[in-house]
Amino acid sequence: MAKLTFQIDRCKGCGLCVNACPKGLLAIAKDKINQKGHHPSELTDPEACVGCASCAIMCPDCVIQVER
Amino acid sequence: MAVVFKKPHALTDAILHYCPGCTHGIIHRLVAECIDELGIEGKTIGVVPVGCSVMAYNYFNCDVAEAAHGRAPAVATGIKRCEPDCVVFSYQGDGDLASIGTAETVHAAARNENITVIFVNNAIYGMTGGQMAPTSLPGQVTQTSPYGRDVNHCGYPVKVCEMLAQLDGPEYLERVAVNSVKNIRAAKKAIKKAFQNQLDGKGFSLVEVLSTCPTNWGMTPVKALSWVDEKMIPYYPLGVYKDRSAGKES
Amino acid sequence: MAEKVLMKGNEAIAEAAIQAGCRHYFGYPITPQTEIAAYMAKRMPKIGGTFLQAESEIAAINMVYGAASTGHRAMTSSSSPGISLKAEGLSYIAGADLPALVINVQRGGPGLGGIQPSQSDYFQATRGIGHGDFHMIVLAPASVQEMADLTVKGFDLADKYRTPVMLLADGTMGQMMEPVEIHTPEVKEYDKSWALTGTGMKRKHNIINSLSLDAYELEQFNLNRFERYKLIEENEPLHEEYMMEDAEICVVAFGIAARVAKNAIVQARKEGVKVGLIRPITLWPFPKQALAAAAEKCASFITVELNMGQMVEDVRLAISCKRPVTTCTRTGGVIPSPAEVRAKIMEAAQEGGAE
Repeated sequence: MAKLTFQIDRCKGCGLCVNACPKGLLAIAKDKINQKGHHPSELTDPEACVGCASCAIMCPDCVIQVER
Repeated sequence: MAVVFKKPHALTDAILHYCPGCTHGIIHRLVAECIDELGIEGKTIGVVPVGCSVMAYNYFNCDVAEAAHGRAPAVATGIKRCEPDCVVFSYQGDGDLASIGTAETVHAAARNENITVIFVNNAIYGMTGGQMAPTSLPGQVTQTSPYGRDVNHCGYPVKVCEMLAQLDGPEYLERVAVNSVKNIRAAKKAIKKAFQNQLDGKGFSLVEVLSTCPTNWGMTPVKALSWVDEKMIPYYPLGVYKDRSAGKES
Repeated sequence: MAEKVLMKGNEAIAEAAIQAGCRHYFGYPITPQTEIAAYMAKRMPKIGGTFLQAESEIAAINMVYGAASTGHRAMTSSSSPGISLKAEGLSYIAGADLPALVINVQRGGPGLGGIQPSQSDYFQATRGIGHGDFHMIVLAPASVQEMADLTVKGFDLADKYRTPVMLLADGTMGQMMEPVEIHTPEVKEYDKSWALTGTGMKRKHNIINSLSLDAYELEQFNLNRFERYKLIEENEPLHEEYMMEDAEICVVAFGIAARVAKNAIVQARKEGVKVGLIRPITLWPFPKQALAAAAEKCASFITVELNMGQMVEDVRLAISCKRPVTTCTRTGGVIPSPAEVRAKIMEAAQEGGAE
């Protein structure tokens, strides 16, 4: 059981978190756009996330808070 | 549920100005996490450089001085000599530390100045738009080495850890990278040690962090992570180059 | 009352700085000012201060930048070629509104020049030594006593206006020995809430910085600084007048040149020439009002300088070119003799009929 909270306006859509997730659960939301004009990343399958925090560790912009 | 990962307190809420995927942000966070974990934010003074991280004073919650290009170790020396109970760190890029500020770097190390130096090596000048750095690799294409760095024309890259390890002065020199979760964890350990050394009065501790510049390398952020593995680490091997207290000399 | 002791000018500066509360000195050897570093090296460890021989003049001024950032009184010293290297740091110190004292014991130039006394860094010191829109207070001692007193004053002015201050001496002043009283001044309390001392988790972080990427913001910072400069120009000009009461010819000289000029003035007076001296003690702010007042009664001006004629420009500006201004100058480390200055005075007397 884990919960990821995204501060989407900090996200620059770089995709490092997407690349880091060992289970491939993150994706760049091509249909969304944030304040800065970036497509932010999002968790595609919250149920499957174990909260390993790899995404948050790779994120250069402190977008993701992890609870578990 | 408990929070297992969040933005450290020692970082302000400001959104970093760095390009998407630039790993400066990771290094900032690691420094801030170490400051948090050591409980030293209230007595830490940062010195930031000229280069991409010139505005890092907006990102750290501790007191910060912005130094002239390359002079951060001298500025940090002045601060530390006046406020010996404070924890003083400099945060510098490769142009700042290994080109224009080489003398300041070498002599702060030779004096074993009791400061912590975070050296971000991304093998390029980012802020000015991608020119050849002192650490650009042989053959690396940049704006000022458009045909690739020709070592017969402009010489070889400067290997900072290896160079400083020849000195008797410095306490601790380690090269790390931030291109994978595993490497980031190791980088944090090194940075924390570099701060702890200062708290223990051991002296000059420098952590060289291999970092990415997707924009000026001309590749995606993810591809840039691989480039660190494929090109940078073979030229700049990771590891501890000096740890005097642990008996490791060059 | 402090005891009178015989001291070299350079040593007087060092001891006065210590008495003014300076505990942090960063320097690099260069003739003819190295005695300052040597004195500090001896004294600082004994009083809990820092003497550090930096790897370069550039490093030294940046150590001063760091030390000043913490609110401590700090200084560095050098001589002409070394001062050029400190110009970058001085621009940053001015841009970050930091107080600091820099000593320039001038020698002849340009380039490596020589090691004999000179005043050829007048332009450099008074015209904003580094890049950008800024000024620096410049003090010009003319005796070993003033080397000490103006050092103390320099620290006060630096703290009062949060600006770099330069003591512009020359090789003669640095090397000569004279009796001097080193006073222990009462150090005033200045607001240093801006200093980097660690937040203690009790306040927002302090930032010492000269960068501003917003042109309008940077303009405002500069305008604010020039408001302070206006106050300095109103409140701080200092000069000495010598035999000016009835003077018809006004000699203008600072530092060692003023001492030579005084000698020549005494001789010329014996020959019936009504000549006096205005000696600027602050070169920036320049004592414009004193000069303008002199232009009301003097027929002509002569500047005596150890350079090709630099201060002469400020004299002409101060008197709005109302009177002829000539120069008596030697350069490259040569000091004009009293006879040369006297000859210039006699020449002016004949031309202006001021007898």
